[in-house]
Amino acid sequence: MKTSYKKISEKLIESLLFVSSMVTSLTVILIVIFLFKEGLSVFNETPVEAGNVIAVNKKNPLSSLSSEQIKNIFDQKITHWNEVAGSKDSILLFRLEDISNYYTDEQIGENFEHLPECISKVVDSIPGILAFFPEKYLSKNFHGKKIEFNKIALKEFFLGKEWFPTAQPAAQLGVLPLILGTLWVSFGAILLALPLGLAAAIYMSEIAKPKVRNVMKPLIELLAGIPSVVYGFFGLVVIVPLIQKLFDLPVGETGLAGSIVLGIMALPTIITISEDAMRNTPRAMKEASLALGASKWQTIYKIVIPYSISGITAGAILGIGRAIGETMAVLMVTGNAAVIPHSILEPMRTIPATIAAELGEAPDGGLHFKALFALGCILFIITLCINLIVEYVSGRKTHKAH
Amino acid sequence: MKTINENKLAISKRRSQNIAFFLLGFLGYFIVAILLVILSFIVIKGFSVISWDFITKMPEEGMTKGGIYPAIIGTLYLVAGSMLFAFPIGVLAAIYMNEYVKDGFVKKFIKQMTNNLSGIPSIVFGLFGMSLFVNKLGFGDSILAGSLTLGLLVLPIVIRTTEEALKAVEDTFRQASLGLGASKWQTTRRVVLPIAFPNIITGLILSVGRVSGETAPILFTVAAYFLPKLPTSIFDQAMALPYHLYVISTSGTNIEESRPIAYGTALVLVLIVLITNLLANALRKFFGKKVKMN
Repeated sequence: MKTSYKKISEKLIESLLFVSSMVTSLTVILIVIFLFKEGLSVFNETPVEAGNVIAVNKKNPLSSLSSEQIKNIFDQKITHWNEVAGSKDSILLFRLEDISNYYTDEQIGENFEHLPECISKVVDSIPGILAFFPEKYLSKNFHGKKIEFNKIALKEFFLGKEWFPTAQPAAQLGVLPLILGTLWVSFGAILLALPLGLAAAIYMSEIAKPKVRNVMKPLIELLAGIPSVVYGFFGLVVIVPLIQKLFDLPVGETGLAGSIVLGIMALPTIITISEDAMRNTPRAMKEASLALGASKWQTIYKIVIPYSISGITAGAILGIGRAIGETMAVLMVTGNAAVIPHSILEPMRTIPATIAAELGEAPDGGLHFKALFALGCILFIITLCINLIVEYVSGRKTHKAH
Repeated sequence: MKTINENKLAISKRRSQNIAFFLLGFLGYFIVAILLVILSFIVIKGFSVISWDFITKMPEEGMTKGGIYPAIIGTLYLVAGSMLFAFPIGVLAAIYMNEYVKDGFVKKFIKQMTNNLSGIPSIVFGLFGMSLFVNKLGFGDSILAGSLTLGLLVLPIVIRTTEEALKAVEDTFRQASLGLGASKWQTTRRVVLPIAFPNIITGLILSVGRVSGETAPILFTVAAYFLPKLPTSIFDQAMALPYHLYVISTSGTNIEESRPIAYGTALVLVLIVLITNLLANALRKFFGKKVKMN
């Protein structure tokens, strides 16, 4: 009796432990589901906000427009219909407020009851017209032609050069400037942090006396513990003004400021991982090298570094991953301009910073909201790839050692 | 002739080593210097701001005066909430991984997923927390939603530190206990956990430091811009220290006037990290010695 009770409780405990251990897996799966469900639905949307209509004259052969075309028309970069495969007429833009140019307030009616009629007549009478108005003013016997919007295309999304998700009438959802901004800032950070971090790792694992190392190591762990907002704040009040003065710029919030702050933040990752790898170099290998007359320095760069190169690489890649995903510090110091960067001394905007800055203002379930989730998906995929690469790289070492 | 050449070689070898070591040492100390500059900057600027009133009073006059009391309380709630969630689950998961499951697919799978989870950027946790806890489960912007989001974020850290603590327990203890007829759970609870306990607590303390500074996950799940009252239930919004620092240093209306408050808040955040780190190190040292003495 007692043993069976014991057996059952043992089993119960084991299943409780198992359930707990599945929480992380479940979370990852849920994150994927929630992120991608919302994010991928952006490609089912049209760039024009629901409830609005774009219409042309019936005789216009055109039937669909992309968001970029709509934007260029409204920016008057495209002024003739034949530029977008339409008729030969020049384009005349018509917005709701332009109705007063055609009809008096009396004709429209006190409660706009005749407005749909009026719009319909205007669209019918001008061959080159492009009208943009709310759907509720669409007349039942509308004489014009409603334009179908192309759904947001994958290519447009990734290669679009403009990120302007709240633009009217058509949102511009080009992620390229954000991706480039992220890459510039992160690679800048690694360029600064890698040599510094490596030097410190070599110094700590091979050269420094144990006493010095015992002081440095906890200090560097401390560096890893400082919250990213504090780094961002430090960057904002110290590094940003410094850069502005040093390079004589109109604003100090630049990609460089982001790179410096991120570089400092990536240091602990790089140092800890590559130092661990170096300390794992077998003592026998080092002693053999020294016994053959090599100096300590020769031993370091001929034996220790080649032996631990996979650990060093893993540290560097992981550092890049941290930098790409970092949000708050970047948000605070890079200036957040969503344009394609040409130099590191320009304001830039990264993917995480965009999500953090815009999600609060994006209405739930709207196009903008979905687009931000799509950014989250991109970020997720990038960091997942980085994780897998790190595992592959550090996995290779153990194979070699056997 | 040969000896001179050898001497030359030895000298150049010496010289290149000296140069290299000097440079490496210089860069190593340079990093330490950067850290000290950041720390001392925050400490010096923030020290004159921090007072008893600063940490026990409500913000006043558009957050340019007064204290940060509600932000401190909010952060305390978030830390407590996330730890209540992550600590038990994390420890149980680590026990399963280290004591129970055998090498194989399941172990590999869980390990891989935990690794993946720890690599996900914090802003993605924010997105997820918002769509699951705030919207789908209907918690709204609340301490509960924020705590759960933060809890999921630190879960991999709790698991990893606990696993390390369990791994440090020598197998002979387990074998002795099992050999005396104790069951697996009895062995784990009476033998393994007590020995690993100090290291598990050390991991817990470090996770507290991490959680208290996270900003991105709470942006859309809890954080209130300005809330001059304390939360009364777990479904209330709350202010939090890291978000407070972000807001008053970037998007407030009186950025210049609220600078001192920002310095003070930054110092409080740094102090939390410093204290948790020191505490963890002290614990490690204390128990490390104790074990050696035995």
